[in-house]
Amino acid sequence: MSKELNVPTMAECMAEGKTPDILFWVGSAGSYDDRAKKITKAFVKILNKANVNFAVLGTEESATGDLAKRAGNEFLFQMQAMMNIEVLNMYEVKRIVTCDPHSFNCLKNEYPGLGGVYDVMHHTQFIKELISSGKLDIKESDYKGKQITFHDPCYLGRANSEYNAPREVLSSLHANLVEMKRSKATALCCGAGGAQMFKEPEKGNKDINELRTEDALQTNPEIIATACPYCMTMMSDGVKVKEKEAQIKVLDIAELIASSQNL
Amino acid sequence: MNYLPNIIFAIALLLGLGYFAKNVKKLVRNIKLGQDVDVSDNTSQRWKNMINIALGQSKLVKRPVSGFLHVVVYVGFIIINIEVLEIIIDGLFGTHRIFSSVLPTSVYGFLIGTFEVLAFLVLVAVTVFWVRRNLIKLARFWKDEMKGWPKNDGNFILYFEMVLMTLFLVMNATDGTFQEMQSGNIISQYLAPLFSDSIAPVIERVAWWLHIVGILIFLNYLYFSKHLHILLAFPNVYYGRVNNKGQLNNLASVTAEVKMMMDPNADPFAAAPEGAEDEVPAKFGASDVQDLSWVQLLNAYTCTECGRCTSECPANLTGKKLSPRKIMMDTRDRLEEVGKNIDANNGEFKDDGKQLLGDYITNEEIWACTSCNACVEACPVSIDPLSIIIEMRRYLVMEQSAAPSELNNMMTNIENNGAPWPYNQQDRLNWKNE
Repeated sequence: MSKELNVPTMAECMAEGKTPDILFWVGSAGSYDDRAKKITKAFVKILNKANVNFAVLGTEESATGDLAKRAGNEFLFQMQAMMNIEVLNMYEVKRIVTCDPHSFNCLKNEYPGLGGVYDVMHHTQFIKELISSGKLDIKESDYKGKQITFHDPCYLGRANSEYNAPREVLSSLHANLVEMKRSKATALCCGAGGAQMFKEPEKGNKDINELRTEDALQTNPEIIATACPYCMTMMSDGVKVKEKEAQIKVLDIAELIASSQNL
Repeated sequence: MNYLPNIIFAIALLLGLGYFAKNVKKLVRNIKLGQDVDVSDNTSQRWKNMINIALGQSKLVKRPVSGFLHVVVYVGFIIINIEVLEIIIDGLFGTHRIFSSVLPTSVYGFLIGTFEVLAFLVLVAVTVFWVRRNLIKLARFWKDEMKGWPKNDGNFILYFEMVLMTLFLVMNATDGTFQEMQSGNIISQYLAPLFSDSIAPVIERVAWWLHIVGILIFLNYLYFSKHLHILLAFPNVYYGRVNNKGQLNNLASVTAEVKMMMDPNADPFAAAPEGAEDEVPAKFGASDVQDLSWVQLLNAYTCTECGRCTSECPANLTGKKLSPRKIMMDTRDRLEEVGKNIDANNGEFKDDGKQLLGDYITNEEIWACTSCNACVEACPVSIDPLSIIIEMRRYLVMEQSAAPSELNNMMTNIENNGAPWPYNQQDRLNWKNE
């Protein structure tokens, strides 16, 4: 790693009397999962490159409770939510960006009812904004003409009707974007949602991520792009099951943008 | 005795409408067994949804073939029903084609001509539907939950429509005065030569009577059939979801308890406030139909078992037992059972030792869901099977502590260290320096 990442925490900013414009919600996967940590870092590189005045909660961040909620544990969800809201409101957070569509959905839609009202963005929406406002200049990239297919995360797409931001960001790379048969509103889930990530699937005749990987393979991609740490795990595993990991890379949109600009 | 047909007609009409009204009352009572939910918000969005999704069939046409055929049957059904008005007036007052003497021949001919063309198109569409179900055997019509009554029900509806449309055309073809008008008999003129002059008047009367009696029977069949959607789709779409699909409701009963737990000034040994003793402790989540909201129960009655949800469900596509359609069908079956129980016990439900979760829906189905919203997106009439699944998970976790052990581990981790994995919260920012 050439350059050191600049990742201020809210506590540090407060001590220095600074007010960050935006809070980067890293999320549990982005903090602890080895593969997702790379996405986190790629996104920070983008934030640093575009001189975004941001901060993270660091050790003051805790799980949103989204997983507990989807698993049926409303108590645990609301406890997590209220603890987090206390911290967020103490720092007077107005805007939040996150790389995890599940956190995005939960913070955006389920926190307001419990007293946590913020302007919440998914990182693909934020990157799109950086590009269109000229804060992030996308120069010629190695991905020009590459065959890329985008897997819609359920909690970004169907759950919140955001289909364009990730595609617009991808189009800035001048790659050859090919859609899967099931995409956007009819995209197939990767299989991780609803807390499935943390349990064995019920008895069936196939794993969901394998079926979704087959969808992706039909487009003959060089790269499968995702925008969710859980989709990342599922699609990477799917590509491994199909023994295609030598030919096909699974990358988050933040990673594609960061690496295209040699960040 | 000249009035005999009029009297018979009036009695048939009264019986038909009366029995239907009785069942509608039962339907409303059963739906009201559900928990109250506030639906007074977003009125303009709700009307828009009803106009676009229900009236405009915007979601149906996402699948062009079945969507187009459905629009044909739907438009045909609504428009041809104008003719029923004439039939009722004729039947009650002993007139014959009353509108033909009120309206100019050209206008009357145009109306009947339109009905005839639509009737013919409906016949074609319904035949294609039958072929798709029974010869092509589209997978979604042959899933496990479609065996027996649901399969027959689907076909009975098609037969009903075939017979009714045929009777309408035959009735016109055998009506000598109508054929002589030479206006509006676009389709029936080709059928007319099939009937000799001597039997035509008899056939006309028979077809006329069977047609209207058939309509009354069909009307009363609705309550027992998946075909109820022709009425309930409209209110169901109106009361359907208006916020982002990803948003699950926050349980207010939980909020109160969590707030108290987190309040450092709360006295855990404090006596309950006055009047609170009478309150039944809230049940978290749902294990039976009465725990669901009335909108979810309306959803169940509205489901027409088309299976678009199931055909897009990732769990079902990979061979798991979960089928969102089955969740809705089970909910309706159980609600009907509860309704019959209430009827049999003088208006009060007697515990029958059964419930929706366990006796109809298994835990295995509930835990197979990825909460991806594909079923919700696919439903042409805004049914939300996911919300029922989540309510049942809530019951299993908060009332029964019956989550799969891996999920319990995950939740214990969140409780202890604020992440689904057993990592220390103090390590949350370690990625920065790795």
